Amino acid sequence: MPNPLYQKDIVSIRDLNQTELELIIQLASIIKAQPVSPYLSNKVIASCFFEASTRTRLSFETAVQRLQGSLIGFSDSANTSTQKGETLTDSINMISSYADAIIMRHPKEGAARLAAEVATVPVINGGDGANQHPSQTLLDLFSIAECQGRLTDLKVAFVGDLKYGRTVHSLAQALSLFNPTFYFIAPEALKMPSYLEQDLAEKGISYQYLSSLEEGVEQVDILYMTRVQKERFDPTEYMHIASKYILTKAMLKGAKPNMRVLHPLPRVDEIHPDVDSSEHAYYFQQAENGVYARQALLALVMNEHIKELDNA
Amino acid sequence: MRETMAVEAILKGTVIDHVPTGQGLNILSLIQKRDPQAQITVGLNLPSKGNGKKDIIKVEGWLFSQHDAGEMALYAPTATVNVIDNYAVVKKFKIELPDQFVGLFACPNSNCISHTEPVASRFSVSQTHNAEANTHKVRLQCHFCERTFSDSLFK
Ligand SMILES: [Zn+2]
Repeated sequence: MPNPLYQKDIVSIRDLNQTELELIIQLASIIKAQPVSPYLSNKVIASCFFEASTRTRLSFETAVQRLQGSLIGFSDSANTSTQKGETLTDSINMISSYADAIIMRHPKEGAARLAAEVATVPVINGGDGANQHPSQTLLDLFSIAECQGRLTDLKVAFVGDLKYGRTVHSLAQALSLFNPTFYFIAPEALKMPSYLEQDLAEKGISYQYLSSLEEGVEQVDILYMTRVQKERFDPTEYMHIASKYILTKAMLKGAKPNMRVLHPLPRVDEIHPDVDSSEHAYYFQQAENGVYARQALLALVMNEHIKELDNA
Repeated sequence: MRETMAVEAILKGTVIDHVPTGQGLNILSLIQKRDPQAQITVGLNLPSKGNGKKDIIKVEGWLFSQHDAGEMALYAPTATVNVIDNYAVVKKFKIELPDQFVGLFACPNSNCISHTEPVASRFSVSQTHNAEANTHKVRLQCHFCERTFSDSLFK
């Protein structure tokens, strides 16, 4: 079976179509269930973190190791030539002559797009400023598919910071390919950006704002929680706002049996610890899925044929 | 009568007519960006048909293409372009928004990579027309940082 992701740059979740997303999810679940071929043996993968992000880096590097790839790279730009004023263009040019693929994180938005245009090998975006973080969205999608048994026709509520939360933006865009119904639960100051609302409207995706978390819990299949950042409010205002968007176990009483709570983690206090013991909690499985999703992505980008998919 | 003369008193070149008042100097700077040596005459607040006013720009020697003119569309969506050769209008067209703006405006996002790297800025252009409200919205999306901006940020 030909693999459409072979040698493709993974910069933005918007670059992936429905078939490609489904392929990644399918392979991730195969990888989770059984050991697979060492898809990165004889491959050198550059892990270039121009900005420190321990979780994302460890998750990617674990994925590379599990597929028996070799790693080169750096975990922050403090001791690199970037620090001495080298352009990203020059750095990427140089690195792409060493490695078979580049995983990169960079503090500036658009850095991965630029790198992908410069590099002669595939570039995988591990986060560019406040813009895109496609592998996070892939693990979110994988987790949703896993706990619901499907991605199509789901009712999904997004809660918390919908204005600055890039995981929300990317996931909403990706799910838009699967005929969802969206519910937004957010303080007025943290509503979805209007260009995204317009995007959804143009695609004919149905969405509405709900005024309380309880209202959402009873209707949806997925409750995607995000953190409301303290810094964005004065302290009393924050107390008032945050308390409205904290999920407790008691609130889950009316939830549908299949309803699952997701959170990109780390959480602060938006999910009460008593939710952890609920059958609805799924955020720890979601975090674990990060490595499988990244393994699937790397295997597909670096191999034209995936044996396990042919047999599936 | 004066207007007709202003348009035609040029041997060869381009006259951009019906530029909204206040936008003439913006158009001028765009032309200068493209060709710092261009010979340009600018008329500001000239009388237009009816009670209105307009700006006019004449560029000697440069026969504008549709593409050249497209770059001015954000500032002068209502302008008309007259391409003149041997004192006669050889081509006349309305300014139209292009699909992309390349190298013309800096990205308003200060954290965009395009500010610090040797690349031209690039924006894709989309328009939405609301027939009911009779409003016309232009949005520009940065190729690099993917942020979407309303055209007012660039004017
Ligand atoms: Zn930008």
